[in-house]
Amino acid sequence: MKTLLDCNKACRVKVLKLHSSYELKQRLISFGIMKDAELEVIEMAPRKSTIEVKVGKMRIALRAEEAKLIEVEKI
Amino acid sequence: MNLETKACPVVAKHIKVALVGQPNVGKSMLINSVSNAHLHVGNFSGVTVDKTEVLFDYKGYHFTVVDLPGTYAFTDYTIEERVTHDYLCAEDYDIIINVIDSTNLEKNLQLTAELLTMSKKLVIALNMSDEAEKEGIEIDAEYMSELLNIPCVKVSAATKSGIDTLVDAVLTKHTTCKNDPKLIFSEAVEEEIETIVAYLQKHNYEATNSLRNIAINLLKNNKKTYEKLHDNPIWTELQPILIEASRHIELHHDTDDIKEAFAEEYASFNRGIVAEVVKVKEQENTQKTMTEKIDSVLIHPVFGIPIFLFMMWGLFQLTFTLGNIPMDWIDGFFSWFGSAVGATISNDDIRSLVVDGIISGVGAVVLFTPNIIILFIGIALLESTGYMSRVAFLLDGFFHKFGLHGQSFIPLVTGFGCTIPAYMSARILKNDRDRLLTLFILGFMSCGARLPVYVLFTGAFFSQQMAGNVLFGIYISGAIMGLIAAKVLKLTAFKGVEEPFVMEMPKYRLPSLKLIWHTVYSKTLMYLKKAGTFIAGAAMLVWFLSNYPHNSALDATYNAKIAHAQTTEAKTALENRLAEEQLGQSYLGRIGKFTEPLFRPLGFDWKMNVALQAGLAAKEVVVSTLGVLYAVGEADETNHSLKDAIREHIPFASAVAFIVVIMIYLPCLAATTVFTREAGGIKYTFYLFIFTSTVAYLMAFIAYRIALLVS
Repeated sequence: MKTLLDCNKACRVKVLKLHSSYELKQRLISFGIMKDAELEVIEMAPRKSTIEVKVGKMRIALRAEEAKLIEVEKI
Repeated sequence: MNLETKACPVVAKHIKVALVGQPNVGKSMLINSVSNAHLHVGNFSGVTVDKTEVLFDYKGYHFTVVDLPGTYAFTDYTIEERVTHDYLCAEDYDIIINVIDSTNLEKNLQLTAELLTMSKKLVIALNMSDEAEKEGIEIDAEYMSELLNIPCVKVSAATKSGIDTLVDAVLTKHTTCKNDPKLIFSEAVEEEIETIVAYLQKHNYEATNSLRNIAINLLKNNKKTYEKLHDNPIWTELQPILIEASRHIELHHDTDDIKEAFAEEYASFNRGIVAEVVKVKEQENTQKTMTEKIDSVLIHPVFGIPIFLFMMWGLFQLTFTLGNIPMDWIDGFFSWFGSAVGATISNDDIRSLVVDGIISGVGAVVLFTPNIIILFIGIALLESTGYMSRVAFLLDGFFHKFGLHGQSFIPLVTGFGCTIPAYMSARILKNDRDRLLTLFILGFMSCGARLPVYVLFTGAFFSQQMAGNVLFGIYISGAIMGLIAAKVLKLTAFKGVEEPFVMEMPKYRLPSLKLIWHTVYSKTLMYLKKAGTFIAGAAMLVWFLSNYPHNSALDATYNAKIAHAQTTEAKTALENRLAEEQLGQSYLGRIGKFTEPLFRPLGFDWKMNVALQAGLAAKEVVVSTLGVLYAVGEADETNHSLKDAIREHIPFASAVAFIVVIMIYLPCLAATTVFTREAGGIKYTFYLFIFTSTVAYLMAFIAYRIALLVS
C-alpha cells in the first residue's frame, strides 16, 4: 500500500482510502482530504516529521503519523 | 404544531443573524464593515471573546449579528467548532449568513452544504470578491442563487462593497417564507430519501420542516431528528427502513461511516456547483503565488527555524524593553495614589488594608499591562498574517517528542517573561488536551519575577563570576524539567489516543489594524477586569494573614525600647525586630511554624516556609518577606546585609532546596487565577497545585540530599 508518507516533494497523488480512526477521518474530510481528492506535496519539515500538502487551493499540514494513514496512488 | 409552514407569521422587528464561516474567510472584517456602514456600532461584548455581538438599526429593523468562531465543518474537534455547533443547534436566531471566501469556493461550500440541511433561513455572502477578481475568478452569483435556491451576494469587507445589498438580502429573506434549498445527492442517496419521504407521507407525518429535510437528517444520523421521531408510533416501522437505507448508502460509497459518505456526496455536489458558476480566466499559472514565494523562505528546511527564533527574540526585546518604560510610570502612579488615598483615611487598620493590601496588590497586576499589550499585539500580528501555522509546522517535530504541540513553543517562551500572558497565549492551541498539557508545564519556565530571588541566593553563595553561570543553569534546568514533566504527564495523566495534527496553512495576509486593535483591546480589558478583581480579594487575604492578629503588647514594649535607643542604627534594628516578631506571631507566621515539620526534610526553617508561602501570592514578595524575617528591614536583592544574613542563617543545602521549590511551585496568585480561567475549571487548579507541589517537594528533597553530600 502506498501512503502519503511515501511521497516526495512536488509529487501529485490521488487519495484512494482513509485508514484512520473515525475522529481523524472527520477532521481530514473537513479539510477536503477524502476519496478521489487530488493532493500535491509542497514542503516537508526536516526528517519528514511534518508534511505540507495542497488540496485544491488549500494548504494542509499534517504529521507523518497521519500521512501514513492516507492511501494514495500517483497521478 | 408550528404555524410557520401554514402561513407566514408576522415578522417581528428584530432580526437575529448568526454569522458562520470557515476560518480565515474575513468574517470579523465583514462584521466590522457591516456595522460601520450603518454607523450604529453596538457593544462589542468582549466577555467571551468566542462570540462577538454587534447591534445596529437598518430600515427600521433592529439587527443583532452574532459572529461565531470559524469552523471547517460540524465537528466538535476544537473549542471554536464546539461553540459554533452548539450555538447553531441550540440557540434562538432568525437567519444565518454564511460567509464564503470567493477565492476558494469549493472548500467553503463544504460547510454550506451542512448548513443547507439545517432547515434555517440562509443567505450566502461571497466575501473577498475583489481578491477573487484580481485572481481572475469570476462567480455568477445570480446563477448560483438560482441553483441553490438561496440568495448569494458578492461582497468585499475590505473595500466595503456589496454590504448594503447583503443586508437587504437578509431583510428580504427574513420577511419571506422559508423555502427548501436545492441540495441534490447522487442517485443512490436520492432513492433512499424518496423511500423515506414516501413512507412519511403515507403515514401523514406532519412537521415544520419539509419531509425531504427530515429524511436527509435521518440518514445523516442527526440526533435531534431522531429524538423527535423516536416517540412516534411510526418509529418501529421506520427504523428497519432506515437501517437498510444507511447500509445501501455505505455500500455505495465503500465505507462504514455514513458521515464520510455524506461528505463525499457534498463534495461532488459542490464540484457540480463550482463547475456551473465559476469561470477562471487562465492566468500565468506557472508563476508561483505570493504565499508560495514567502513560504519557500519562511518554512525553508534550513533557514526556517533561525528566522523564527530571530522574530521571537525581537518580540521579547520589544516586550521587556519597551514595556518597561510605562511600567515605571504605573509603579510611580500607584505609590502616589496609595499615599494620596492613605492620607485621607484616619483609621490605621483600614488605611493599611486599602493602601498595602488592595492598592499595592491591584497595582502589581496593572503593572504587567504594558508587557501584555505588546505581547498580544505581537501574537495577533503573527496569527492574523498566517505565520503562526508555519511556526507549528516547523517546530512540531521537536515538541512532539515531548508530547507537546508545535504551537506550544509560543506560550513556553512567553513564560520566561511572565507566566500570565503565557497562560493566555496558550489559546492558540486549538485542541483541549494539547492546551491543558502546555498550561500544566508553563510554570517550569522561570518568569521574570523569580529573578530577584535567584539573584539574591546566587549572590549570597557564589562569587560574582560564578553567579551568572549558576543563574543561567537555573533557567535551563527549569526548561528541561518542564519538557520532561510534559513527557511524564503525557505518559500518565494525559495518556490516551494521540491527538492528530492536521491544520490549514492559511494564505499570507496583510494584518488589519482594526482587527488587531479589537483583539488586543478586548483581551487586555478582560485581563484587567478578571485578574484585577481576583487579585484585589487575594491581596486582601494575604495582607490580613500577615497583619493579624496584631499584638499591641509587643508594640508597646518595643516602642518603649525604641524611644530609649540612642543611635538611629539601634532604632532601626529594634524596628526590624518588632516587624519580625509581629510577622512571627501573625497567622502567616503561625502557618509557617505549624508546617515546619513538613518542610524539615528539605532543611527549611519556619522563616523560609513563610517566605515560600507568601511567594504563592507573588514571587516578588519572597525577597521582601525574607528581608522582614531576617530583620534587615525593607530589602531588595542587591541589599548586602540581606545577602550576609542569608549566608549566615541558611545552610547551602537548604538554599539549594529553596531555589528548586521557587523554580517549580505555583508562579503567583494572579497567574493561578488566569490559569483557572484558561484551563476551564477550578479542579484543574487543584491538580496543578498538587502536581507542582509534589514535584517541587520531591526535586527539592533530592537536591537537598545531593547538596548535603557535596558540601
